[in-house]
Amino acid sequence: MPAGSNLEAVLAAGRFAVTAELGPPKGTNLGVVERKAEILRHCCDAVNLTDNQTAIVRMSSLACAIHLRRMGLDPVMQMTCRDRNRLALQSDVLGAAGAGVRNFLCLSGDHQQFGNHPGAKNVFDLDSIQLIQVLAGMRDTRRFQGGDEFTGDIPMFIGAAANPFADPLPYRVVRLAKKARAGANFIQTQAVFDLEIFGRWMAQVRARGLHEQVAIMAGIVPLKSVGTARYMRDYVSGVVVPDAIVSRMEDAPDPKAEGMAIAVELIDAVREIPGVRGVHIMAVGWEDVVPILAERAGLLPRPLI
Amino acid sequence: MIVAQQKPLEEIRQMVRGFRRLLVLGCGTCTTVCFAGGEKEVGLLSTSLRSVLGQEIEIEEAVVQRQCEWEFLDQVGEAVGRAEAVLSLGCGVGVQGIGERYPGVVALPGLNTAFMGLTEAPGIWGERCMACGDCLLHRTGGICPVARCAKSLLNGPCGGVQDGHCEISVDNPCAWVLIYDRLTQQGRVEQLEEIIPARDWKASHSGGPRRIVRPDLRDMVGEEV
Repeated sequence: MPAGSNLEAVLAAGRFAVTAELGPPKGTNLGVVERKAEILRHCCDAVNLTDNQTAIVRMSSLACAIHLRRMGLDPVMQMTCRDRNRLALQSDVLGAAGAGVRNFLCLSGDHQQFGNHPGAKNVFDLDSIQLIQVLAGMRDTRRFQGGDEFTGDIPMFIGAAANPFADPLPYRVVRLAKKARAGANFIQTQAVFDLEIFGRWMAQVRARGLHEQVAIMAGIVPLKSVGTARYMRDYVSGVVVPDAIVSRMEDAPDPKAEGMAIAVELIDAVREIPGVRGVHIMAVGWEDVVPILAERAGLLPRPLI
Repeated sequence: MIVAQQKPLEEIRQMVRGFRRLLVLGCGTCTTVCFAGGEKEVGLLSTSLRSVLGQEIEIEEAVVQRQCEWEFLDQVGEAVGRAEAVLSLGCGVGVQGIGERYPGVVALPGLNTAFMGLTEAPGIWGERCMACGDCLLHRTGGICPVARCAKSLLNGPCGGVQDGHCEISVDNPCAWVLIYDRLTQQGRVEQLEEIIPARDWKASHSGGPRRIVRPDLRDMVGEEV
């Protein structure tokens, strides 16, 4: 049964899809969400709402996803296993689905050590693959993980993340296969900077036929400054930024423009890789750049389906 | 073994203040092996306390083989009887054992009980088991992701692995990299294709405090279950 989300429709139509990330505010102002959503409205097919990203407390992805739905956008509600157990996660899914949210992204979640409550107790009742299974079970059998039936339709387009760049590299395609088997419909990858590693991973993905089971969207992070490039290379675990890219940023007279140029090049490059069905642009705190990148990469206008 | 670490002296000093007669009681098993609560540590801590508390307090020292068994705790009944408080250098089980056997005396923790683990190298201990109550080591190459992965993930590593270590610390090897390497070495890496579904955590502490009753052993001692 189709979930009926715009993202699903664009992918089903065989179009190259675009999603973008919207970071909810560290406060109560929904106006911030609205402003960012309007920037993204016409340049992507669905908008991801992060769930206390990097373990920093922000407005909930559930509240923001519902708000975006009411604004007529197609939200992707991110859900991490760090903060909520299977009761809370399933309850949130019921609320979101009831309000018309159709895309759900299942994540483990950054460790709380990185956030603003490092003394918190984490949950991890489920892991991300089990969360996919639980959601797929709800969708396909209309039953909770615990076995009880519930009422009402629950159309869901289920997403998951994949990191082709983290150790152990040969295991990464296996983990993707598990996510596909658990019931994932689409995948958004970690930021791609190293096309060689990404290309090798995609070859493994195709060899297993996984690109036909899940729609793979390559993660794109536009670099805003030399500092960001260096920081991502040196301090963000599981992200590979080749020195060549950092050097380009360092040598550029206008690093911001160079970061945008690199992002457009990366979009062009991943688009040429067989099996890549879209891009997921994560312009953390720099949402304004997304329409520019989409335009320059020839991804506009977005299809109306 | 149960691995523990002595509390800061200042915290212990605050804890024992006001008591005139203190028994510092070591434990001859786990905390002796991890150099936190054996005879030597009992002696050193008692000396330190005498020097910071002076005449305020009279300190007696003793060590039992295990603070978690009545038969050993019974051997120090007289010394406990002379004390107002017992500062245990056993694990949290030992502190509570003293309290249960001698409810009239104040049992105090001299250690922080850290984890169940092993000695990785002299002076280095690492966690290996969280007593989740439903062992799955046969499915994970003999390496426990519940205890050794910072997120207790059961289906492979998260995206935060860098150079084989966990995103939270370079000192923490990624459990799933260890599992992957071990199973690769054993030629059993295809085991990692299996999905481990959502667990039943009832057997863990989530199911409430745990207790085991063995009717066969109860029969042997002639008591009713």
